[in-house]
Amino acid sequence: MQDFSDAFGLAFSLIIGGDPDLIEIIGLSLRVSITAVVISALVGFPLGALTAVVRFPGRQTIAVILNASMGLPPVVVGLLVYMALSRAGPFGWMNLLYTPAAMIIAQSILVTPIIAALSRQVVEDMHHEYDEQFRSFCIPTHRVIGALIWDSRYSLLTVALAGFGRAIAEVGAVIIVGGNIDHLTRVMTTAIALETSKGNLALALALGFILLILALSVNAAVYGLRASARRLSYA
Amino acid sequence: MSSKTAASLLLPLEVDSLCFRVERDDLLKDISVTVDSAGITGILGPNGAGKSLFLRLLHGLLEPASGEIRWHHRRLDKTIRRRQALVFQKPVLMRRSVAANIDFVLNSSTRSRQRRDEVLQQAGLYRQRSQPARLLSGGEQQRLALARALATEPEVLLLDEPCASIDSATTLQIENLLQETSARGVKIILVTHDIGQARRLSDDVIFMHDGRLLEYQSATTFFDSPSSPQASAYLEGRIVI
Repeated sequence: MQDFSDAFGLAFSLIIGGDPDLIEIIGLSLRVSITAVVISALVGFPLGALTAVVRFPGRQTIAVILNASMGLPPVVVGLLVYMALSRAGPFGWMNLLYTPAAMIIAQSILVTPIIAALSRQVVEDMHHEYDEQFRSFCIPTHRVIGALIWDSRYSLLTVALAGFGRAIAEVGAVIIVGGNIDHLTRVMTTAIALETSKGNLALALALGFILLILALSVNAAVYGLRASARRLSYA
Repeated sequence: MSSKTAASLLLPLEVDSLCFRVERDDLLKDISVTVDSAGITGILGPNGAGKSLFLRLLHGLLEPASGEIRWHHRRLDKTIRRRQALVFQKPVLMRRSVAANIDFVLNSSTRSRQRRDEVLQQAGLYRQRSQPARLLSGGEQQRLALARALATEPEVLLLDEPCASIDSATTLQIENLLQETSARGVKIILVTHDIGQARRLSDDVIFMHDGRLLEYQSATTFFDSPSSPQASAYLEGRIVI
């Protein structure tokens, strides 16, 4: 119990005091995960919509692969990205290992299948509704895809949020490719892992609470946005 | 070129031994008809007669099991479909504003604010132009669906029970709009099971029953002396099996 009350106290004082190290860690966590989600959304939304709308051979296979990749183990992704970016790897010349860029790459690989698979379902539902009308107007496929993505934007926001939840909370991939270097690649999850292994449970818990609060507030914001979208019948 | 000539460019509509089947169920059986007259053609018949299926086949949204549909002696294809517009029984409106729903179908060369506003004014929806389309009342939604179809300047307008679940004031507005459209030379084919509406609007009538086309007559002949017993029973308000 002592640990818990200490943790609360410490978390509170760290937040109120605006501890620079803490802010740096939170800032980097957000920068890495948000960038990864944006990249994943740019790839995943069109990919999901494409597999929902266009009938081509192998479409079902892609859908199965996307669904299966939703559960990619972060450490395995971390390991593969590590191998690709290490000096001996094909992208070693880019010198990206142990940089935030490497962490963004790893998280994008983790999150893209989630966003693509979930948006495929969202877009497919809407496609069923719009399909006949679009065929009647002879709307070309690229416009159909664009319109479906735009019209399901509020549902897709929730999809992106699911991706963000995965990215901000994972530790396996970022610790392998980022290395948890202080002031360079230390994010909340890797810091929690480090502080726990050092026995500094109070600081670890404090970071954990902040992570929870962050996740809650992002969820609340998107929930509010969706509710107002539903009121306008846009969702 | 007047729009009257433009409309006749897609006529005559020739349907040859048309069949439509789902699995082993014959839903449309051996339909043959030639429609050559401008104006409004009503497709009448009891529920389950295959009226909506027939309309979808005429528009090319469904593929026939056998038989052929020709518009102006040409087999139905995408270029012909582009010259038609179909208004569904339940309007499918996009999750956007009223104006954006119209903008979506105006292709980039014809897209202009003026054209869009013109269409909205015609449908009596100009004031609601920035409202979310899906918050409109049922009647307004159907008017928007019709306005959107008209915005594409179709030569043939197909309608599937456009007034099925809307109030009489809106029905009147829609009927007036259809009459104006027809007067501009647009060929209209209207599926309805509202006999009164068919009487008010149609110049000629196709009567369908149980997947078959039983009659194609001028409206006067059909309503005064229908030739099939099913049509007589239907017009008398008896249940037709």
